[in-house]
This record gives sequence, structure tokens and C-alpha cells, in this order.
Amino acid sequence: MTVRVRLSQDTASVALGGKAVAHALREAGVEIVPVGSRGMFWLEPLLEVEATTGWIAFGPVAANDVAGILDAVRAGAPHPLSLSRIEEHPFLKAQTRLSFARCGVVNPASLEDYTLAGGMAGLKRAIAIGQKATRDEVLNSGLRGRGGAGFPAGIKWNGAADAPGDVKYVVCNADEGDSGTYADRMLMEGDPFLLIEGMTIAGLATGATKGYLYIRSEYPLAIAAMRRAITAAEAGGLLGASVLGSGHAFDLEIRVGAGSYVCGEETALLESIEGRRGQVRAKPPLPVHSGLFGRSTVINNVLTFAAAVTVLAKGAEFYRDLGFGRSRGTMPIQLAGDVKYGGLFETPFGVTLGELVNEIGGGTRSGRPVRAVQVGGPLGAYFPPALFDTPFDYEAFTAKGGLIGHGGVVVFNDTVDMAHQARFAMEFCAVESCGKCTPCRIGSVRGMETIDRILKEPDGTAQMALLRDLCDTMKSGSLCALGGFVPYPVLSAIDHFPEDFVAR
Amino acid sequence: MTGNQPWNEDRARATIAPHAAAPGGLLPALHALQGEFGFVPKPAIVLLAQSFNLSRAEVFGVASFYHDFRLDGPAGTHVLKLCRAEACQAVGAERVAVVAQARLKLGWGETGADGAWTLQPVYCLGLCASGPSAMLDGEPVGRLDEAKLAELIEQAAP
Repeated sequence: MTVRVRLSQDTASVALGGKAVAHALREAGVEIVPVGSRGMFWLEPLLEVEATTGWIAFGPVAANDVAGILDAVRAGAPHPLSLSRIEEHPFLKAQTRLSFARCGVVNPASLEDYTLAGGMAGLKRAIAIGQKATRDEVLNSGLRGRGGAGFPAGIKWNGAADAPGDVKYVVCNADEGDSGTYADRMLMEGDPFLLIEGMTIAGLATGATKGYLYIRSEYPLAIAAMRRAITAAEAGGLLGASVLGSGHAFDLEIRVGAGSYVCGEETALLESIEGRRGQVRAKPPLPVHSGLFGRSTVINNVLTFAAAVTVLAKGAEFYRDLGFGRSRGTMPIQLAGDVKYGGLFETPFGVTLGELVNEIGGGTRSGRPVRAVQVGGPLGAYFPPALFDTPFDYEAFTAKGGLIGHGGVVVFNDTVDMAHQARFAMEFCAVESCGKCTPCRIGSVRGMETIDRILKEPDGTAQMALLRDLCDTMKSGSLCALGGFVPYPVLSAIDHFPEDFVAR
Repeated sequence: MTGNQPWNEDRARATIAPHAAAPGGLLPALHALQGEFGFVPKPAIVLLAQSFNLSRAEVFGVASFYHDFRLDGPAGTHVLKLCRAEACQAVGAERVAVVAQARLKLGWGETGADGAWTLQPVYCLGLCASGPSAMLDGEPVGRLDEAKLAELIEQAAP
């Protein structure tokens, strides 16, 4: 009998030599089941070999390890890279994997595998209970938008369903541009049918018959995986004129971004799908009232649609019972930067930042002490270890002058220059500003200049006051979160690391 | 990655045609043109304006808004995109960038006179737990350091 192996084909696995491992495996004549990533990137490329006792994991695997691993499995002998059953690994065992339960386990190209592994249960239930009850489930689950703003998904869906008009849209924001985040990418590459199922549920629940999936161009493998999955979903009756024979139509189209960060802002994203410059729209009107092509539109993040599937499959109560405060359910937290065990950790809200960085993440990869952690992407605040008792929760982070955003946690060691990071935040904002509003377009450039002067002048007091005033203007005067949130990294760097803002 | 075909108006029209009727088809059309010619040549802007019933200024406005679209000429034979975002900064991306710039003798966004290399900044490839990361001719690369980068550049050389 041919030996079967699971090999991660995730971008991270490929980036770390996965293709050479695949080549060696083919040479050895084994059958490769392509899978996504388990989200344990220090172990990529991760290989699982089917033995009589079950799947045995090995990682990180190089091409020249393959022969030895296969010999060891055949002989039932130990191997230095062996991790035994990966499900028993403490990093996975400590998680509550709902959205990422199948990632790294199933073949992302196979609708059959998806269904056998429990997929479609959410959509089937949504069809059975009908539009109104589906929206009630999402509302009662307490699910909040996972893109960063944390707006209750059920309220958004109800708004779209109640909006007049017979043409409505569902749009998925897969423009995951925040540094330190990769959950959307991992999910699209590893379990694309889950996203299709989630968007289809949203379509049925709101009366939309057409969905757009906007993926950033920096994610070529995710785009390819989603294209393949949509074709299979159409062939399998999951998408089309009558979704699973329900009589409801739903079609899905992919649109590829073109390297603009601000297109991750929902109204800029809609402009981009419409074929225009990705410039932010003033709100109101909200997209649920006038969104894509002027029609009522539900726009949610990849992780929100994925979570909605669990809500429908397992019920609102199951989901609501997990979490902390007003943050219900699980959050796929992404550990990144200088961290020993970098990876995706899906867990109910409420875990503290310190647990994430020091216990789950194992501290720094470099072995140096942690100095700062940026949570929530380039527009998120820098937290010092003194704030490590902050629980991962929308409100708790807001109270400490930060945000959880899309769940990215970037760890910096003691060599980081926080004035440089603050300047970079302004620089990034200047590069990516859509240019529509003055506080963001001009303010970001003035911000860079002011920080430069602080680092040059012997007495920076006046410039520091100017920078704070500028941040205040940007915070309250910008049209969207780009200009409006860039003060978070800047001010948190000044407040927590003032010793870095001196002339040098 | 790119076709880099010489300019041909008929081919450009054929490339645009499937997208002209689609709602919001301008971005897909720009992607398709760049895929064909390696960049979006000036005469293509005129054709797009005709096909989408827009002014040339509007089409140029869209094409120039997005970092991906090249308007001045195709990229080099090899394209190295280095991540400059925070998660990669935290593990030494700037040191790697300095080496890349020195070895290729290029600044950000530049293509060498010999057309061999283009060096581009990219803000996140979603490889934030295995940085510093890069994309070399469309292939992702993780855990870069100065030595690994030098080796990649050497291996890719024509």
C-alpha cells in the first residue's frame, strides 16, 4: 500500500522550502494529500505521515530529511523531528479551534473532504430555519465584525435585509493588509469552502444573490485556492441558481486588489470593486443602505463569515457562551514578529496579552527581552510589558489606549527604536493615504517631519506638543481609520517609551 | 510572471474586451493588460478610456492610484519584493533591505539599467511569523537573512 502523507502547501510552508520537500516525497513514491497550515509556523514545512497508529507529524522538515522520516515510520522507530500526534501538541491542545478546525487537516481543493469533515452543516441549517431565524442566530450569538471595528454582525445583516431594493450584495473583505496578520490568508488557503459557506449564508439571510470576494494581490496562493474552490462549489451545487436545491440563488466573484492598503477600509474597497481609485467614502450612508453600486451591501471580514458558519452549525448559544465581556466567541489571534512560537492561536476572548506573548508564544525567537508589542496592525498601539495583564477583548484594549484590530500581535525585542516605529507609522500612512481628507494626507507628512525635528533639536518640548496636537486633529478629523488610528502607534510609543524621543 | 509582449493594439483590445462589460471591470482590465505587456502602456490608457466610456484622466487616475500598476515600463527580469512592515522589521528586515539595495545597486521601486532586477517594497505578505519575508519572481521566501538573500540573488542571476 502506498504511504499517504499530509504536506502543508500554505504560503509559509512554501516560503520555508515546502516545494523541495514535496519533490522529495514524490521521488519517494508516496501519496501527498495537500493541506493548509496548522498555523504553527516554527514547524513549517510540517509533514504528517499516516502510520498504522495514526498520523505522525514531523517538522520543520527539509528535503533531505524525507528519506529518514519515511524509514523511521516504516520501522516504527523514533526520529529527531517527530512531534507524534500533532493534535496533542500543547500549542494546538490549548486552543478552541472553530473557524480553523479543518485548516491543515483537509484537502482545500476537495468539496467532498470539506463535507465529510463536517462542512455545510451551517448552510443546511440556515436553509432549514429560514432568513429571519438565521439572522436572529447571528444577532444572538453576539458575533462582532472581525475586521477590527467589532460592529455586531447581526445588526449589519438585519440592516441589509430590511433595506429596500431587490438587488443586494454580500462583499467579503479579504484585503488583509495589517502587518502581523495572516488568518485570512491561512483560512483561504487551508479551508476555502468555509468562507464560501459563510458568504452564502449571508446571501441567503439578507436576500443578496451576488457576492464579491476582494483579495489582495499580495496573496497569490490564496487567490488560486479560492478560484479553485469556487469552481468546485459551483459544480457541487453549493453556489449557483439554487444553493443546495433551496431555490435561493447565490454566485460569487473574486476581485483582486492592486497593492493599496487603504482598500481594506470598507468604502474604499467598494470603490475599488467598482473600478475606481480606492478612495474612502464619507459615511453616512452606511454600506447596508447604499454600498456596492449604490445597493444595500453586507461587507464583512473573512473571519466574520467563517465564524457565522459555526454560529449556524452549533447554535447562537454555543458561540455566545464562549468569550469575555461583550466580546463573544473565539478570536484567531496571530502571533508574529520576534516570537519563538509564532502562529495562529484561536481562543475565546479574555486571554491576557502576557499569556499570549510569554506563555503561548514562548517569548522572543531571538532570545532577547520583549520591549514592546504592537497589537492590531500598523494602526494599533504599542504596549509595554507593564500592560501585559490586559485581556484580549475589544473594550479592555480600548480602555488602555489600544485596539485589537484583526488580531495581530507583533513582538519586538529590546533593540527596537520606538521613535523610529512612530515615524514609520506616519510614513506608512503617508504612502498609503487615499488623499481624500486633509488630516491624513497632509498630517501624516507633517507628522514625519515633526518626529524628525524631535530627534534633532536639543529641546523637543514644543515639537512634542505640536505632535500631540497633530495626532488629536488626525484622530478626530480623518474620514477613516487610516488617518484616524495612526495616532495610536505614535502616541502609545511616546507615552510608554518617552526615553526614545530625544535628540541623538 | 508577466508576459512582457511588445505593444500591439489588437492584442490590447482583445485583452480589454472581456472586462469592458463587467461591472467595475476597469481593475481586472488593468491587471490583464499588465499581465500581457508587463506594464500598462500609454496607448492602453486611451483604449481603456474608450472601452469604459471614461476620460483618459480618469483612467490614468485609477491606474496611478494603485501601487501594483506599472506605467513607465515593464519590471526587470527578476522582481524582488521585500517586506518592510512591522512584523518583519521586528526580526531584522531593515538589515536585509540594506544588503539588497547594496548588492542590486537599486533603491526602492527602481529597475536597473540592464533590466535584470527590480526591487520593490511590499507591506506585508502574510508571512509575519516567519520573517523577514520576500517574494522573488512570485515565489514566497521566509526567514531571510543577509546570507540567504545573497544566495538567492546569486542563484537567480541570468
